[in-house]
Amino acid sequence: MKINVPHVAKLANLTLKPEEEKKFEKQLSDILTYVDKLKEVDTKNVETTSQVTGLENVMREDEPTPSLTQDEALSNVKNQHNGLFKVKAILTE
Amino acid sequence: MKLNELTIKEAKGGLKSKKFSSVELTKACLEQIKKHNKDLNAFITVTEKEALDSARKADDLASQDQVLEAKSLLGIPIALKDLFSTKGIKTTAASNVLKDYIPQYDAAVVKKIKDAGAIIIGKTNCDAWAHGSSGENSDFGPTKNPWDKEYVPGGSSSGSAVSVASDMCIASTGTDTGGSIRLPASFNNVVGLKPTYGRVSRYGIIAMASSLDSIGHFTKTVEDSALFFNVTAGQDKMDATTLPNPVEDFTKDLNKGIKGLKIGIPKEFVTSDLDNEAKEKFEETVKTFANLGAEIIEISLPYTEYGIAAYYIIQPSEVSSNLARYDGIRYGNDRSYFGDEAKRRIMLGTFTLSSGYYDAYYKKAMAVRTLIIKDFNDAFQKVDALISPVCPTLPWKLGEKINDPIKMYMSDVLTVTANLAGIPGLSLPIGFIDGLPVGMQILGPQLSEVKLFQIGYAYEQATQWRKQKPAL
Repeated sequence: MKINVPHVAKLANLTLKPEEEKKFEKQLSDILTYVDKLKEVDTKNVETTSQVTGLENVMREDEPTPSLTQDEALSNVKNQHNGLFKVKAILTE
Repeated sequence: MKLNELTIKEAKGGLKSKKFSSVELTKACLEQIKKHNKDLNAFITVTEKEALDSARKADDLASQDQVLEAKSLLGIPIALKDLFSTKGIKTTAASNVLKDYIPQYDAAVVKKIKDAGAIIIGKTNCDAWAHGSSGENSDFGPTKNPWDKEYVPGGSSSGSAVSVASDMCIASTGTDTGGSIRLPASFNNVVGLKPTYGRVSRYGIIAMASSLDSIGHFTKTVEDSALFFNVTAGQDKMDATTLPNPVEDFTKDLNKGIKGLKIGIPKEFVTSDLDNEAKEKFEETVKTFANLGAEIIEISLPYTEYGIAAYYIIQPSEVSSNLARYDGIRYGNDRSYFGDEAKRRIMLGTFTLSSGYYDAYYKKAMAVRTLIIKDFNDAFQKVDALISPVCPTLPWKLGEKINDPIKMYMSDVLTVTANLAGIPGLSLPIGFIDGLPVGMQILGPQLSEVKLFQIGYAYEQATQWRKQKPAL
């Protein structure tokens, strides 16, 4: 299985150097070739498992509880403006 | 015996009878860290000041007998894997992305451990984001195996296992998504518990693969593992996957012995792929179980050979989703700070979840997961528990597998299926080959931890491998 590393890196929001692209293409293709082993398994009529607890519709009381203050929420931020998270513009005129 | 070499049980006894104080116990651990952390690189952060402050408080509280009874870890120094959020204490996941991140809250388990009176002595090194089997993927440098510093300690909870093996603390916490507690426990001659999925809250633990992550711990004895589990197990409203089942006293059956218990040996786990000497060691272990009165039964888990393939689709898929949040906006650094292994897993998972490939990879793996669970369910109709080696090889030399991801991934071949099935596993020492520790795992059905401790304790009492210590 060959993998389009630049495309996948873009989807994953990762920036790779050209030499990294080459290295990862080989490594990821090897891994995908290995996991292709699953094709041997007959899974027709087998249900999928996404979780193992069997718990469903777990609810809790919808009650307000203490949460972080604005200062606490911003305590790890590198760029802030007037007490808000500062992000790059995503819309332009 | 030095204070830092004590077990939880012994330390509790000494604190109760006032043979020593928590400050003395904590200082002994800090002293050991100062002496050996430079070589072993087990800790990323040592919280000396906070630990001594807490120890002084614990000593004040310990003067009241009822507090000593109620707080089962009062005054005991514990190390936390650096994946456990600690309020006001740097929590890095061993990644440069979070190298200066200071959480605003404690993980649910950290709160429980603190409420039980434990002293948090520091944060341990690990493979970054818990991605790895050797401890070498840390952005803060590899942890070394205290039994031979040229060898890997096993990962991902490398520093946690090493901190216990080298008596830098009395016990430590870890996470096990595909073997990250059981494997380093076996490489270090310590006891490691991977609990049933959902038995311990994941709230505040930096997530790796959310349907697989189990929160456990390292101790020097099986009894300590049960005592520690009495503190951490239980439902948490902040983690909807925690199980509502009542929490038992996990030490209750320790002395029951294993006479008449049916112990299964999964034949697919003991194949020619296993290192010869490791295989011999395991066969000796099986004999010990027979001598202790257990009935040994060969079991087949036919889908075992597909475990790694299913795991290396499901786990990276969940990793890619969990690591998507790290954009450097609210906290941490941006995505260019991810190391190679994280990048590989993010891309692998992004690919297997992407349009056109989801059915062929992710959905297929989820179906194989069902078959692996059925294997275990069928086995546990016939036996009380399974025993098997933990890793197909002995500890390997630093650097040996680092450039070959598949070879590294194959180290987890005997541990990942328990995570896919959500069942518990107890890893404990079974001896040494050329001075390097070897371990086994005891696997049981979901919520069978009481029985795993019962079995592990009987074996441990009969063998006492744990009493051997590395020459540091």
